[in-house]
Amino acid sequence: MKSDLDELYQSVILDHNRAPRNFRKLEDASAHAEGRNPLCGDVYEVWLKLEGDRIVDASFQGQGCAISKASASLMTQSVKGKTVTEARALFDGFHALVTEGEAGRVPAKLEVFQGVRAFPIRVKCATLSWHAMKAALEQRDRGIGG
Amino acid sequence: MVRGHPLVYLDNAATAQKPVVVLEAMDRYYRDINANVHRGVHSLSEAATTAYERVRERAAAFLGAGSAKEIVFTAGTTASLNLVAQTYGGSVLRPGDEILVTEMEHHSNLVPWQLVAERTGATVRAIPITDAGGLDLLAFEQMLGPRTRIVAVAHASNVIGAINPINAISDMAHEVGAVVVVDGAQAAPHLPLDVSAMDCDFYACSVHKLYGPTGIGMLYGKRALLEAMPPWQGGGGMIREVQIERSTWAPPPERFEAGTPPIAEAIGLGAVLEYIVKWNWDALVAYEQELIAEASRKLLAVPGLRVLGEGADRVSVLSIVMDGVHPHDAGTVLDARGIAVRAGHHCAQPLMRRFGVTATLRASFGAYNTSEEVDALVEGLQEVRRVFG
Repeated sequence: MKSDLDELYQSVILDHNRAPRNFRKLEDASAHAEGRNPLCGDVYEVWLKLEGDRIVDASFQGQGCAISKASASLMTQSVKGKTVTEARALFDGFHALVTEGEAGRVPAKLEVFQGVRAFPIRVKCATLSWHAMKAALEQRDRGIGG
Repeated sequence: MVRGHPLVYLDNAATAQKPVVVLEAMDRYYRDINANVHRGVHSLSEAATTAYERVRERAAAFLGAGSAKEIVFTAGTTASLNLVAQTYGGSVLRPGDEILVTEMEHHSNLVPWQLVAERTGATVRAIPITDAGGLDLLAFEQMLGPRTRIVAVAHASNVIGAINPINAISDMAHEVGAVVVVDGAQAAPHLPLDVSAMDCDFYACSVHKLYGPTGIGMLYGKRALLEAMPPWQGGGGMIREVQIERSTWAPPPERFEAGTPPIAEAIGLGAVLEYIVKWNWDALVAYEQELIAEASRKLLAVPGLRVLGEGADRVSVLSIVMDGVHPHDAGTVLDARGIAVRAGHHCAQPLMRRFGVTATLRASFGAYNTSEEVDALVEGLQEVRRVFG
């Protein structure tokens, strides 16, 4: 049986921490927001490019722990190609996964974060970039993004 | 037990574990003499008041104050520093005056000064620290001048443990007529204290880091300064006479203790002081110094690890940075082995910036920690290295 620690730091997470995907600024982004955890000083910026209602590109930059960085990396991969509504549903599914351990609402590759649930203090790390993604969409809706 | 392992508690700089005498004393207070202080004419109130005031005398003796009248009980170090900033700072600072802090201050000895500076038109400037981790006293000397009103400095850093020479700082500051406010939260558990010998004007420390209860702090202030200060919070217990339109104030320390004080916590403080004054403090200092020297030496075996500000004289607080590993991840790996450390910016973001990092892993040792626990930390960090490559 895997230990809690092995469940938390699965190889997918370690890989995305070492080599984060979409780790760049999007020059032609149509939505942008920052996620900051004042408790630990972690900070990420998230950029989204939308065409109509669809997210056609997503990226992030910033610094933080392996959990937050891998989560941001996989988040950008996951929302790419999704509609705004689908991206929001993904947010809710991911949140339920890391807080309640509820599987099945997100693609299998995001389920590597299920182990976070055993470390409640790390939930904020896992959701930081997701909150930034959601905030970027909200700011765009109010016409202050970009 | 933590996560199936015996606890290795190395987060003493955040708060210390409590000896049973403290718990028992607080329990006894609530069971046997629970009453408000300075109020009733009944026997219980008298017993509570006597016990409470006896703790003030013990606190004065522990800190080396000349009189119990120089000891104010507050909610903690943060409350003490806010009290001094708002009452002393608020009444003496004028536009253009300067408050000197250091780059290694905890936010609680920085933000209160920013707030009062904003209100009075004074400015806050930071004394730099050297790469070795010590205060740059030459730079400090050059920053001192006729505009310097207050020098607010940590006795020991909560991040790197560096000890600041309060005697020298007091002498230099007093030469230009400035007042010295010391944040002693991290020094009090590790060093014998003598505020009279240090000649500082205010000294604030926590009780919960000193093996006592949370919710209470000790603030020392020179009597003449306390007497000249206006009250901080208004309420019961801090007045001489109250009219509808104006009131007059009780003398210190009551002037600064509005409302029902933390009585049970004060009793707990009394118990812990009685307990720790019996320690041989020279032996304690030597023991803790040996522990951090051993830790520093053994940590060299972990690849890509460094300790910040290692060159300074320090209390038993170590800040660790590992190449390619975020402190939070390292902290979680250690936690899975039952080892409690702190990971983050430690409420000292300017110091993080000074060392070019966003967070560190902090291991802080107390009187009860052992050499075996140093080994557990080193083995835990070797495991961190294995997990993260």
